[in-house]
Amino acid sequence: MNLIGEKISYKPDEQFHLNDVSFNFKKGNLYTILGRTLSGKTTLLKTIAGLLNPDQGSISFEEKDFIKIPVWERNVAMVYQQFINYPHLNVYENITFPLEQRKLSPEQIKKDVDEALKTVGLVGFENRKIQELSGGQQQRVALARSLAKKAKILLLDEPLVNLDYKLREQLREEFKRIFSEGLSQDTILIYSTTDPQEVMELNGEVIVLDEGKVLQKGPAKEIFENPSNLKVAEISNDPPMNVLKGSKNSENLNFENISLEIPNHFKNLEDKDYNFGIRASEIKLDENGEEFEIELAEISGSETLLHLKRGNSKIIALIEEVMNFNIHEKVKINFNANKFYAFGEDEKLVSSPYGGTNG
Amino acid sequence: MSKLYTFLKYFFITFWTVFVVAPFLWAVSTSFKDFQSVNSKVTYIPWLDFEPTLEGWRVLIKSPAKGGVDIVEPYFNSIFVTCTASLISIVLGTLAAYALSRFTFKAGFVRNNDITFFFISQRIMPPIVLSIPFFIFLSTIGLLDSLLGLVVVYIVLLMPIAVWIMVDFFNRVPKELDETALIDGCNPYQAFYKVVLPNSIPGLIVAGMFCIIFGWIDFFFAFILTFTEVQLLPVKVVALNSSITPWWSLSASALVSVAPLIIVAFIVERYLSKGNLSGALK
Repeated sequence: MNLIGEKISYKPDEQFHLNDVSFNFKKGNLYTILGRTLSGKTTLLKTIAGLLNPDQGSISFEEKDFIKIPVWERNVAMVYQQFINYPHLNVYENITFPLEQRKLSPEQIKKDVDEALKTVGLVGFENRKIQELSGGQQQRVALARSLAKKAKILLLDEPLVNLDYKLREQLREEFKRIFSEGLSQDTILIYSTTDPQEVMELNGEVIVLDEGKVLQKGPAKEIFENPSNLKVAEISNDPPMNVLKGSKNSENLNFENISLEIPNHFKNLEDKDYNFGIRASEIKLDENGEEFEIELAEISGSETLLHLKRGNSKIIALIEEVMNFNIHEKVKINFNANKFYAFGEDEKLVSSPYGGTNG
Repeated sequence: MSKLYTFLKYFFITFWTVFVVAPFLWAVSTSFKDFQSVNSKVTYIPWLDFEPTLEGWRVLIKSPAKGGVDIVEPYFNSIFVTCTASLISIVLGTLAAYALSRFTFKAGFVRNNDITFFFISQRIMPPIVLSIPFFIFLSTIGLLDSLLGLVVVYIVLLMPIAVWIMVDFFNRVPKELDETALIDGCNPYQAFYKVVLPNSIPGLIVAGMFCIIFGWIDFFFAFILTFTEVQLLPVKVVALNSSITPWWSLSASALVSVAPLIIVAFIVERYLSKGNLSGALK
């Protein structure tokens, strides 16, 4: 009864948009697809919706070959990152459109639409024109249309990316509520995003996609704690996880002429060269720390992002207060060695502070 | 500064209005004059400067046997040919444009853009180049000097305009709109006429207006491809000109020729300012 994709490839031009992607989505679950722009997220969703036909591979749903079913008979719903609604219809008509298409009874339609409007908080907006709504409201209409359909597969393609920061935060909170209340156990929800924070907050099963390839699958917590390789570590952190080329010997971790005490979780590690990974938030300003040069300082909300350089290494530190720095100024920082990741020279995870290894 | 701006604004608006409206007023006034009032001296104001007469207008509906020119039949011929050709061009052109905008065609080295250009290139050629082929073509299929023949030729002339405008229009309608319609349970035909078409009304109106204008004002093909059976308005109006130029009936016929276009422009103007698409793309 699941939505199962096997070895799906799609290569319309020189590059793979999807490369050997397989998945098994169960009903009643939330799946997030995490990847940078152009990683194939939209292509994957469109393939599931039926707007694209893969060159290879199969998709089956409820034991039926999905690829043979045309889009309009698949009973899926999709919300785009652009706010796509029918401009010639008002809010109410927009939401009834798919229901009328399925020829439901007027009473049923009224009931479903009212319910959907309530869920997305647009009661009272029924007769508004789409053009009169704000971006956030337009996206709510699109979401309401998808919810009212009660489709078995609900696809959300970066639904928050075109909204401003405040609205995004607010709608993200609401999404969590809507997903927990407004969806039946019959629905598979697939949500694509570039934002690791969204993935963590939605807390579903995650598929990390890059250049059309699945890099890692697992629960959000697992992806965050034990990224299987450097790429995943970069994609699943914002700012991306810092990478420092260095080595371990019997006494110290060494990189860029810095020596750190060996943390507990590295004790059993072989003595050799590694790519060490450390999150931006695990780097602190410290009078007694190591000296780095500031290349750029960005203030974002209540935080400051410091782009630092030492030798050949460039790292980003996240300082949790607003501070002013001069470019080329020297600052002293301290690494939290207990949060170090070790990736091998093949970029695969060797040791993580949360106990995971690439088994 | 702002005073100067206001002054300049109204000055140019006034100037332009006079520039556009004056010839019309002149034509209206001339259409009520007789030989004497046109040729003796410059006259402007009816009853004061000259005695208005309806002779110029009467000539237009009198049959040739009674010394008139009877533009009524050519008038309706023109309306029929223009409307039929425009309608067919819009229907076919819109379908072609939608296909060119949404699907990818490959035939050897030919791609969508090449096909679009092929359509437009029909208008790049000077009409004179087409006159002989059209003449031979129509005489071969026996449609020379007939309304149907003119409709066929006008479709060839007008469809490129429709395709050109509509391709550009559809390219600006987000593809995601059609896709959403498909996902919401429309098959491709329903997606086209339930979602894409209702949102294309401004484009259809612009295309339709251009087709009507270009069809209505064509003199060249109407002149070459008709003789005695069928005549279109522009040909008839020019034919008014004889050894003595009848300025009064020429003015009257010019006014009745322009009237439909002005009416169309007034009806259409309100739809054009609507900007129906802004909600689809943000």
